[in-house]
Amino acid sequence: MEDRITLDYGSGGLKTSQLIDSILMPAFQNPILSQLGDGAVLDGNNKLVFSTDSFVVSPWRFPGGDIGKLCVCGTVNDLCMAGGTPKYLSLSFILEEGFLFSDFKQIVTSIGKEAKKAGVMIVTGDTKVVESGKGDGIYINTSGIGFQCLNLPGKLGIRPNDSILISGSVGCHGAAIMMARAGLLQEGSSLISDCQSLHLFLDTIQNAAAPGSIRILRDPTRGGIATTLNEFIEGTPLSIELSSADIPIDPSVQAACDILGLDPLYCACEGRMLVICDPESTDSILSAMKMIPGGENSTQIGTVTNNLPGKVLLRTAIGGKRILSKLSGMQLPRIC
Amino acid sequence: MLYDDFFKHPKDVSVILKRMEELTHITGPIRLMEICGTHTMAIARSGIKTILPQSIQLISGPGCPVCVTPTNIIDMVLDLSKRPNLLITSYGDLLRVPGSIQADNLLHRKASGSKVEAVYSPMDAIQIAVSHPELEVVFLGVGFETTAPGTAACILEAAAQNLTNFSVLCLLKRTEPALRSLIESPDFAVDGFLCPGHVAAVIGSDAFSFLSDDYHLPGVVSGFEPGDLLYSILELTSMIAQHQPALKNEYSRLVHSDGNPIAVQLINDVFYPIANDWRGLGHIENSGYAIKEKYALWDTWKKFSLHPALNKPNSNCRCAQVIRGTFSPTSCPLFRKICSPENPVGPCMVSGEGACAAAYQYEI
Repeated sequence: MEDRITLDYGSGGLKTSQLIDSILMPAFQNPILSQLGDGAVLDGNNKLVFSTDSFVVSPWRFPGGDIGKLCVCGTVNDLCMAGGTPKYLSLSFILEEGFLFSDFKQIVTSIGKEAKKAGVMIVTGDTKVVESGKGDGIYINTSGIGFQCLNLPGKLGIRPNDSILISGSVGCHGAAIMMARAGLLQEGSSLISDCQSLHLFLDTIQNAAAPGSIRILRDPTRGGIATTLNEFIEGTPLSIELSSADIPIDPSVQAACDILGLDPLYCACEGRMLVICDPESTDSILSAMKMIPGGENSTQIGTVTNNLPGKVLLRTAIGGKRILSKLSGMQLPRIC
Repeated sequence: MLYDDFFKHPKDVSVILKRMEELTHITGPIRLMEICGTHTMAIARSGIKTILPQSIQLISGPGCPVCVTPTNIIDMVLDLSKRPNLLITSYGDLLRVPGSIQADNLLHRKASGSKVEAVYSPMDAIQIAVSHPELEVVFLGVGFETTAPGTAACILEAAAQNLTNFSVLCLLKRTEPALRSLIESPDFAVDGFLCPGHVAAVIGSDAFSFLSDDYHLPGVVSGFEPGDLLYSILELTSMIAQHQPALKNEYSRLVHSDGNPIAVQLINDVFYPIANDWRGLGHIENSGYAIKEKYALWDTWKKFSLHPALNKPNSNCRCAQVIRGTFSPTSCPLFRKICSPENPVGPCMVSGEGACAAAYQYEI
């Protein structure tokens, strides 16, 4: 096998088969995928949860993960946040001609490892190769199916006095990626992406919470917690009140954001869970979240009120108040 | 603990606020102006206006370099971006600034095929020029004295490397002439200035002593954390109460009285002062920088013989008055109705440091 992906590997012919047999099958071995049909026939009796996501992250390798780990976590987390235990994933690659096989293998290995960890099977997939210059090395799409284990009322279930919980420090993924992109990450830096699968959080909190007490779950990816919290209540008579002192922000994330002119509250997380639940269940849910590896810093960051309909209100470090609005466009580096 | 934590999470907020309240019994209502876009955003993000005594009013001055760049210059840049094989590099916040047509900006032009890249440093633009000899790379040199040394260093680097496919469109501005023009304007009504910490880090806090020496106005060079803002506002209020205007330096952990001599030398080596147009303030003598003849090969103005068209500002947009501190963003007829960060009309809404964007995003 050559050391680089060529257009032939996306031809659908012999080279494509070689790619599947030598790299993909060994990584994801399971009886459904090994049939190599046009689609997968799946078992199941419960209500299904279905989600899809595309991954174009640059650089594809970052502190705390790579695009392979991310493409599993991303879809697994979307399923979990919809109350589904993740079960099956599809996996589609768009590779750029010239991409190194060694890099591709590393990514595939990450996918296999994270899928195993999250308890999901890769059951169907596809590979295309585009000409050099027409892609950014590698793009991945994953779609996932899970079985519903937690019935969540969603936004309409949110009530005044509900608690808002987060499973850990915010903005780590976004800050790590931006620093890596700017070439400012040093070897051994404590700034690493929070990229992780949230399946254990879903398992645990559904056991800890009284039925109906969890209103909504969301992993605050692009736009960060500021954008996600706004989405919960915009257009409703409800508001969300946060205190900046309660929001966990790792010092390395804060320092990176200070350098780059970004706000951690708008930086993406890829392994954090926002929970809105009734006040009576807050303690038991928080205790359960803290027991999970990666959830040690879980904490309540705010409360739902109806003081300023449709808005998120932040109490600042000096006791001032301001609106926390949605991210408008992308966060751009500022001039000074 | 990071050293900055002391300023991010000041411990004695209630004591400071109480002291301010006492002082305002002596001063009566006062108006303090910040003249740095980063201060505008820091003030908005800290929510400080919601805790200050009511008689202290903070107003935003002409401190956002993106905001004071006139429309005709943006139009000229947009025209430049149409040239084949020309790549425009810029600090991010300039990419969303519309020219005379709403929503027409560099991001829009990029989506339509123009070559545009956001960079953190002018040195990144040099790197792009080195790795893409087939492209003509233009760096948009905007900013005050803060970004001027970096821009100068990059012109020197281009000259050292004899880089022929790189040039800088120098749009740099100088703070002192603009402040003098503002203070001498007939509708000026400000009692003290929060002076820009970043600019002062370069040119020194002494560069702002003309405020008290020539105009009997107090000034405090301030940092950007909530604690910095509180201490600086207290200091200004105190000087006003005692009728003892002076220039003080609250940001002493970063700012020296004579600034950064190496950075100042870089500016003087590469640039010379020229008259410049400011949105809102008009034509001001010596208020801009131009690239010296010695480095003309890296001067985009000369390289492409650029001539901006006449200015045609939107007649309803109040950015000009907002920049002079005579009009509040929320009083503008376009605010929230036609003009928003998603669809900005004027530069004060589009720039991440603009007074209108700050009011739109953060004010309750």
